[in-house]
Amino acid sequence: MFRLEPRSTRSYTAAWASPVLALVLTAVTGGVIFMAMGKDPGAALYLYFVEPLTTGSGLSEVAVKAGPLVLIGIGLSFGFRAGVWNIGAEGQYIAGAIAGGGLAVYWHQSESALLLPAMLLLGTIGGMTCAAIPALLKTRFNANEILVSLMLVYVAELLLVHLVQGPWRNPQGWGFPGTRMFPDAGTLPLLLRGQRLHLGSVIVLAAPFIAWFVLARTRFGFRIKVFGQAPLAARHSGVSSGRIVWQTLLIGGGLAGLAGVIEAAGTIGQLMPKISPGYGFTAIIVAFLGRLHPLGVLLAGIAIAVTYIGGEGAQISAGLPKAVTGLFQGIILFYLLAFDLFTRYRIVLPTRDTIQE
Amino acid sequence: MKYLAKLASVGLAVLLSFGLAYSASADKLKVGFIYIGPPGDHGWTYAHDQGRLMIDNMLGDHVETTFVEGVPEGPDAARAIAKLAETGHKLIFTTSFGYMEPTLKVAKRFPDVHFEHATGYQRIDNVSTYSARFYEGRYVQGVIAGKISKSGVIGYIASFPIPEVVRGINAFMLGAQSVNPDMKVKVVWVYTWFDPPKEADAAKVLMDQGADIITQHTDSTAALQAAAERGIHAFGQASDMIQFAPDTQLTAIIDNWGPYYVKRTADVLMGTWSSGDTWDGMAPGMVTMAPFTNMPTDVATLARETMESIRSGAFHPFAGPINNQAGEEVVAAGAVADDGMLAGMNFYVQGIDDKLPE
Amino acid sequence: MTELILASVLTVVPPIMTMMTAATPLVFAATGELICEKSGVLNLGVEGMMLIGAVFGFATAAVTGSASLGLLAAAVAGMLASLIFAVLTLTLLSNQVATGLALTIFGTGLSALVGFDYVGETIERIGTVHLPFLSDIPVIGRLVFGHDPLVYLGILVLLGSGWFLNHSRWGMVLRAVGDSDVSAHAIGYPVVAIRFAAVSFGGLMAGLGGGYLSLIYTPLWAENMTAGRGWIALALVVFASWRPGRVLFGAILFGGITIAQLNAQAAGLGIPAAFMSMLPYIATIVVLVLISRDAIRIRLNAPACLGKPFRAER
Repeated sequence: MFRLEPRSTRSYTAAWASPVLALVLTAVTGGVIFMAMGKDPGAALYLYFVEPLTTGSGLSEVAVKAGPLVLIGIGLSFGFRAGVWNIGAEGQYIAGAIAGGGLAVYWHQSESALLLPAMLLLGTIGGMTCAAIPALLKTRFNANEILVSLMLVYVAELLLVHLVQGPWRNPQGWGFPGTRMFPDAGTLPLLLRGQRLHLGSVIVLAAPFIAWFVLARTRFGFRIKVFGQAPLAARHSGVSSGRIVWQTLLIGGGLAGLAGVIEAAGTIGQLMPKISPGYGFTAIIVAFLGRLHPLGVLLAGIAIAVTYIGGEGAQISAGLPKAVTGLFQGIILFYLLAFDLFTRYRIVLPTRDTIQE
Repeated sequence: MKYLAKLASVGLAVLLSFGLAYSASADKLKVGFIYIGPPGDHGWTYAHDQGRLMIDNMLGDHVETTFVEGVPEGPDAARAIAKLAETGHKLIFTTSFGYMEPTLKVAKRFPDVHFEHATGYQRIDNVSTYSARFYEGRYVQGVIAGKISKSGVIGYIASFPIPEVVRGINAFMLGAQSVNPDMKVKVVWVYTWFDPPKEADAAKVLMDQGADIITQHTDSTAALQAAAERGIHAFGQASDMIQFAPDTQLTAIIDNWGPYYVKRTADVLMGTWSSGDTWDGMAPGMVTMAPFTNMPTDVATLARETMESIRSGAFHPFAGPINNQAGEEVVAAGAVADDGMLAGMNFYVQGIDDKLPE
Repeated sequence: MTELILASVLTVVPPIMTMMTAATPLVFAATGELICEKSGVLNLGVEGMMLIGAVFGFATAAVTGSASLGLLAAAVAGMLASLIFAVLTLTLLSNQVATGLALTIFGTGLSALVGFDYVGETIERIGTVHLPFLSDIPVIGRLVFGHDPLVYLGILVLLGSGWFLNHSRWGMVLRAVGDSDVSAHAIGYPVVAIRFAAVSFGGLMAGLGGGYLSLIYTPLWAENMTAGRGWIALALVVFASWRPGRVLFGAILFGGITIAQLNAQAAGLGIPAAFMSMLPYIATIVVLVLISRDAIRIRLNAPACLGKPFRAER
């Protein structure tokens, strides 16, 4: 049998090669699945992974879809680097949409240029508030942040359902759940004629570079890295664990909340019972696929978005069921997690010495 | 069936004259469908998919159909609809209320594509709306339930408090009251169209509280199966569900979209499509009913008579006098509720033991 | 007087029976996860394993016509799915949180794909147990002896797990592995093998819980039909502070709150449904805070090595 030997430093080659390898192997596995389903694997893979990138509208849709994934993924990567497991980004996203969108519902006739910035700000604060609960309970009562943040997802979902069915329901909506449409002043302007690409995408594109700067060039970024790799040493050198928990959860929650309000004010234009097809959870995959590195997360978000858009195209052109997309995402992550091993360990095959031992 | 045959002959005649110009070898008309659920839900989406298959059967030489299933009523809907428009679909049916805003948005971007939005109320030049008068079937179900129930309590599983569902509850109650004035209806709102375990839970709760007949305005077969387990009767929804509960189903309202879909597709082929609103019931065959089973002959006969008189127009389920819960008269004796009142119905009729959720 | 008592019992008994069946899938999944977590492994893939169990169970029953074979297939499928997780986290030392989430996403996709052809089909359900005499005792008979066999199996598994953890030698070893993998390894226990077994048991139970939904609770397959019950099972383990006895109580509470919410509606009490549905989640957070604030108490129950990878240092 082989033996694992820890590397003294993480292997950068392995860190960058493993996502690529994971994608390639996923494509191979996908090809086998398509053959089993009686489809031409080459054509099907093209539909999933390439076709979305070949048209203008495809690219625009990939950008729209990748937006929330990248934004949430970057926020989460701060926490994951420090070993703070916020898996409730879905709830923070919804909280952001509620807080920011509520403003547009309340001032639905507003023409003020301040409305949109206020919504974005309030959305970010909404996400932070939702993330502050696990932070408070973790630092004050030692409650596990995984479970608290997860439970809050359901609370946020139900709160949204209650609001759009009850107090915020569109009075002209014939009793159907859903708020009024946001006013123009509360909608993110479109960037291209005839496409859904909106101003939010620019904000999303800026995020990875800001995050990269923070992580690579500031003391705060350094502390997060130290804390994640050697919590004990970090504590000895004066890094407070409470502070890291608060900071990373607020960053994660804030960015998820911002993603929520951008989605509500950008692509949807109103609040509805369901405003996320699981972005908060998929973003966890994106964070890992991107190696918790801001620029990696950007690429990973785009890659996952391509599979979503491609999955839809494959339904229309090849009659492939929607479920294949989820299957792909799971498989990508499995491969990636398996290869993750090589960044931290070296595989040592038994030599004569070890056998004699 | 007569309606269908007539339609088919009209459609074929038109197509024959049209066939030369639009030969099968030329590009076929692409017709797209957006579904909220899986076509196999045996409820709402299943019924729409049956309609799509009818297009395939009758106009297959000139038309090609496509569907996208499980499209959530959110940011993804607009993209899926646009994707169909971009891939050359010239007629697109969006089959859930929540697709209203996305359909309108996309329609404005693709003025040469025809859109048909089910159950909505907003139209523009290239967006039509259509719906069915399911309440006609609900009234018949109410009559059957009123005759059969021993406990005098009916369990009603409702999805969302929207006019469509409220109208169904009222029609059901009016039907039940017509044969048993003391009938009670217990309503449970599950806030979902399709969640089998939750629908089963709701059915069990209603049976626990004494209901001996279950009816539902949700899409799965779970409630029917839960009723079967306890040996009581229930109604199917949207399609004939008899094979799921052979000893339980009394009848089912069947959504028969096919004829409308074929007609609209033929309209596009002929270039006679125009935006409008269609709200059809039993008379043209958009609403039909599964065979009346598991009930005494006299009840089946009464149900059939009621159905016939609704179909012929001799009787309207919302014929006055109708009082609301407060006892105020909303439809006078001799009058009938107009479509405006029906379309926006937001009150319960007298006798319903529930408070309409705000 | 007796009539009055009988009448009140009769109104109370049916809702309790409904709650028992609603709790059963949670009992299975939570018991499995509890054992898994006690060995120090946090598997967030319960939802995915339940879905895989549900779909393979249903497909097997639909093909073979036997619901019992279906249940078996559900359990095996759940276990196989958990083995993917076990290999990744225990052999390849991947992150447990990420791997568990990947398993849930994978399970959702795989189950929808496999179930594609079975949507809208139905099968013969397993009937309720009817014990002569016992089931015929008025009132109590139906409450205690009138369920389907899986309800009893769930309770048995739960009691068995409680006994195993607290009174058997291997249960003690399992807890030792979960509390201090390094010392357990030093004493000579096969840490990785024990964790493999615990994870597989978790998958087996989750698969069974999923199979219960698709084969007995609502004998049909629908995409995503577990509707978050796997996540509730995870919360339940914490809610029960890793004590099997409390899992049953929690499962009835969690399963019951949906039923209670519907009951309150049917009875015409005007409480907004959304707020009632929030209660179990908020209750879990409260319980979590209560047990976590006391560092000594949580140390008594919570496995100390939960979620941490273990690599044998020769």
